[in-house]
Amino acid sequence: MASDTFYLRQTPLVVLLPPRARAGVLGWLRANLFSSPFNIGLTAICVILIAWVVPPLLRFLLVNATWSGDRAACLPSADNPHPGACWAFVRVWLSYFVYGFYPIAQRWRVDLFFVALAFGIGWLAWLRAPRRDVAALYFFVVLPVLSLILLCGFPLIGLPGVSTVLWGGVLVTIVVATVGMVCSLPLGILLALARRSQIPVVKWLAVMFIEFVRGVPLITVLFMASVMLPLFVPEQLSPDKLLRALIGVAMFASAYMAEVIRAGLIAIPRGQYEAAQALGLGYWRTTALVVLPQALRVTLPNIVNVFIALFKDTTLVFIVGIFDFLRTIEAARGDPRWTSPIVSITGYAFAALFYFVCCYGMSRYVHGMERRLARRSG
Amino acid sequence: MADIARSSAARPSRRHARNIGNLALQVALVAIVLGLIAAAAHNAAVNMAKANIAHGFGFWNNTAGFDISQALVGYSASASTFGRAFWVGLLNTLLVSAVAIVLSTALGFIIGIARLSHNWLVSRLAGGYVELIRNIPLLLQILFWYNAVLKSLPELKGSVTLPFGGFLNNRGLFLPKPVFAPDFSAVVIALAIGVACALALRIWARRRQERTGEQVYLLGPTLALIVGLPFIVFLVAGKPLTFGIPDMGRFNIRGGLEILPEFAALLIALSVYTAAFIAEVVRAGVLAVPAGQTEAAQALGLRSTTTLRLVVVPQAMRMIVPPLTSQYLNLTKNSSLAVAIGYPDLVQVFAGSVLNITGQAVEVIAITMAVYLSISLVTSLLMSLYGRMVAVVER
Amino acid sequence: MVQGSTDAADEKARPEVAVEIAGLNKWFGEFHVLRDINLNVARGERIVICGPSGSGKSTLLRCINHLEDWQTGRIVVDGIELNDDPRQIVAVRRDVGMVFQHFNLFPHLTVLENCTLAPIWVRQMPKRDAEAVAMKYLERVRIPEQAEKYPARLSGGQQQRVAIARALCMNPNIMLFDEPTSALDPEMVKEVLDTMVGLASDGITMLVVSHEMGFARQVADRVMFMADGQILEINEPKAFFAHPQHERTRLFLQQILH
Ligand SMILES: Nc1ncnc2c1ncn2[C@@H]1O[C@H](COP(=O)(O)OP(=O)(O)OP(=O)(O)O)[C@@H](O)[C@H]1O
Ligand SMILES: [Mg+2]
Repeated sequence: MASDTFYLRQTPLVVLLPPRARAGVLGWLRANLFSSPFNIGLTAICVILIAWVVPPLLRFLLVNATWSGDRAACLPSADNPHPGACWAFVRVWLSYFVYGFYPIAQRWRVDLFFVALAFGIGWLAWLRAPRRDVAALYFFVVLPVLSLILLCGFPLIGLPGVSTVLWGGVLVTIVVATVGMVCSLPLGILLALARRSQIPVVKWLAVMFIEFVRGVPLITVLFMASVMLPLFVPEQLSPDKLLRALIGVAMFASAYMAEVIRAGLIAIPRGQYEAAQALGLGYWRTTALVVLPQALRVTLPNIVNVFIALFKDTTLVFIVGIFDFLRTIEAARGDPRWTSPIVSITGYAFAALFYFVCCYGMSRYVHGMERRLARRSG
Repeated sequence: MADIARSSAARPSRRHARNIGNLALQVALVAIVLGLIAAAAHNAAVNMAKANIAHGFGFWNNTAGFDISQALVGYSASASTFGRAFWVGLLNTLLVSAVAIVLSTALGFIIGIARLSHNWLVSRLAGGYVELIRNIPLLLQILFWYNAVLKSLPELKGSVTLPFGGFLNNRGLFLPKPVFAPDFSAVVIALAIGVACALALRIWARRRQERTGEQVYLLGPTLALIVGLPFIVFLVAGKPLTFGIPDMGRFNIRGGLEILPEFAALLIALSVYTAAFIAEVVRAGVLAVPAGQTEAAQALGLRSTTTLRLVVVPQAMRMIVPPLTSQYLNLTKNSSLAVAIGYPDLVQVFAGSVLNITGQAVEVIAITMAVYLSISLVTSLLMSLYGRMVAVVER
Repeated sequence: MVQGSTDAADEKARPEVAVEIAGLNKWFGEFHVLRDINLNVARGERIVICGPSGSGKSTLLRCINHLEDWQTGRIVVDGIELNDDPRQIVAVRRDVGMVFQHFNLFPHLTVLENCTLAPIWVRQMPKRDAEAVAMKYLERVRIPEQAEKYPARLSGGQQQRVAIARALCMNPNIMLFDEPTSALDPEMVKEVLDTMVGLASDGITMLVVSHEMGFARQVADRVMFMADGQILEINEPKAFFAHPQHERTRLFLQQILH
């Protein structure tokens, strides 16, 4: 019995590599694509699907595409019987897509605005950048004032006024998105705090506002802002069309932001409040110094997700007659000198590319941030 | 000691002061809100009087006088009222939302599960779909389907002929329209009986399993009852169903079932878009069930289908249902983008046409918002009931 | 007295070897977790496995009921050879109970339903019989009064005892325990260990990954030490603790006992 029971390994084993068929590229293929008949079938279906979609798509977008010329160049012809995308159309209209009817001589102001904005976003988004508090001040206070002066004009310092009727394209899309962001964060914080307040009236006003806005479609909020708002103010104060849409978007985004921030506030353990109160901090100090910084940090990914949704939602101002990027595409696409099915598809493809790059970029950023947060806590 | 005494003496009065402060704040807030409302009402009255706009809901019973391209209930421009137009729009909203909810759920579950597949290619493709669709604005997708796809279809003359006598052209999709003979009610009754029997069979099988432990596979019998029975009755009753084949004339198509391109575009875009979000909901729900649950079930000898049915799905569904409902709500609200392509939904009919004709912005927008708001509130009420129910079970 | 209780009389038909592992090698990707494992577990034998974290103890246990796949070598459980055939796998799993470190009770089912799930769906027992069996084992682990509760309502020790009862309801010949007490608060460890000592006296074959050395001394027939995916030493508990032969065993025991 004892000889059976006792065992002692005398020499350590060398580490072996896994058997050939299970490792390396072959092993990977086997495990991930061909592990069972069912899996082989799935793989085959996927391959067929890809073969069916991708080559024609590439042919349309790149190989057979028309890169320069006018409408005629984009139509079927003897040497190009199946013309691809009409990128020439985008080339011709590009400046309209970016600036709308913004006076050509003044477009440097729009460019400057883009640069100032990109600088602010870069500074805020780079999590290890120095002095991000200054960045926040820049983004939420300096930039709005600067942009207002730049874009609307300020005759006193030699910048002629430019009516918002002339604005259009990417400029308007970016302005709507940025105003939504800049307003919704502080308003969202206030609303979230109000909703968690002990004071009944404050709490219920916040609840009513948030639930009302979240319960209706954005398009009705925009209609409300564009047709009801002018009725509610004295005639001489009636805001211009773009401003009305901006008010609607800001209201809408704030309500969603408030819910996201409230979720962050709920995630802060009670002990944090109690510790802050034990140190003698009052409500506002506790909130500003202890609770909010933590809540904003844990909920930052969700805040950016609200921005992504907001960016996509800016297209809705189209419906109340604002010339945002999508509307300029629609307008150019319908231009009788150009109109054709291929031009339409090209226009939409270009718009899709623009929105996709912006939104996907933001969502990648969120992804990276979530991974960082998970690493730190896990 | 002295310190403690002092602070406890000071506390009540401080709290007292704070209470008074709170009260003052509340009164002031109420006053400000009321004041704003009053000012707005006053301005509205002045502005509307100046523009010669009526007020009140009297317009509800006036003759509408505009056409609606798709009406599920009888409607005519000359005879129907604005109230009728409201119902037509609301029904159209509900129709497109309901169909899109069914389609997006089916597609979303398929893609969500595909994303969890061990097959690398399948999960990558599903992931690509989700990323692509989620990051492109819905409005752009609607415009794409409508203008670039459906409106670029051939004109009437060059219509694509579909099997069974359908047509597809840039005016829409024309399908054979089912015409039910009176005898068809027998088939409906047979279907009802089939479903009832299938349910009874299920209950009987469960009882039997509890008694004897034997498991019966019910897929065959259930199908036979639900599909087979009505079909046999259909044959016996002499096929009481005919199809009105669309008939292509020179200028238009008569008869048949007409699906507007506006409806189709909105339906496709809403389904495709929402499916991407539902896929994420499904994936998150399934991933939220810890791997240990599956392992424990398998270690007990349960087969993988049984494990899914009895252990994984019930737990995942609890995670899935609330966000899924909010996706359904989003879809319903997003259907208002119909206005961009002229599908006559509630917003297009009411906040569009009716508003333009009557000019009564306040009333019209208020009614429109109230509809969506009540849908949202009822749904969130149901959800909180569901949440409470689930919380009660697990205690 | 505990050790002598193996009763060979009622185990005629079954093979003498409960678990036979020969030349087992397993890789996670390029990482060699189990290296040339050879082990025979006799019927009714109780083996306690210890070793540093990451040495592959859990993985070895999970191979025995095929929760993990392996690359080379063979495992025979109760005369059934484990391979990729799902029927063989299910047959082995019906025969092998497993208790996990984190209990893995089903939160959406009551304690009783947790225990009857497998008897009803795998053994095809009538519900009433399954419930009777479940109550018998719940009494055995001394928590029959919790039968109607949901797992979230129980303490860790109670949950682990339910998990043991759940595994016993399938009437297994072999029980695998993967650190059953290491997720528990100290005062709950004893109630679970007591339950396991009771099981041992029934003569059930047990493989226990545990660092409870008192338990090992009291219950184990053999103690096995693993490191870096290899078995380094197996011995009777007395000799194992008194005279560890391998350098690594000595180091490990020093760390764990002081
Ligand atoms: N699914 C997996 N994929 C890749 N590596 C794994 C996986 N499961 C375990 N490992 C690795 O295999 C090694 C052995 O793991 P195992 O869980 O068997 O260790 P253990 O001895 O049970 O340790 P512990 O005492 O911490 O539970 C570890 O290094 C672990 O990181
Ligand atoms: Mg382990």
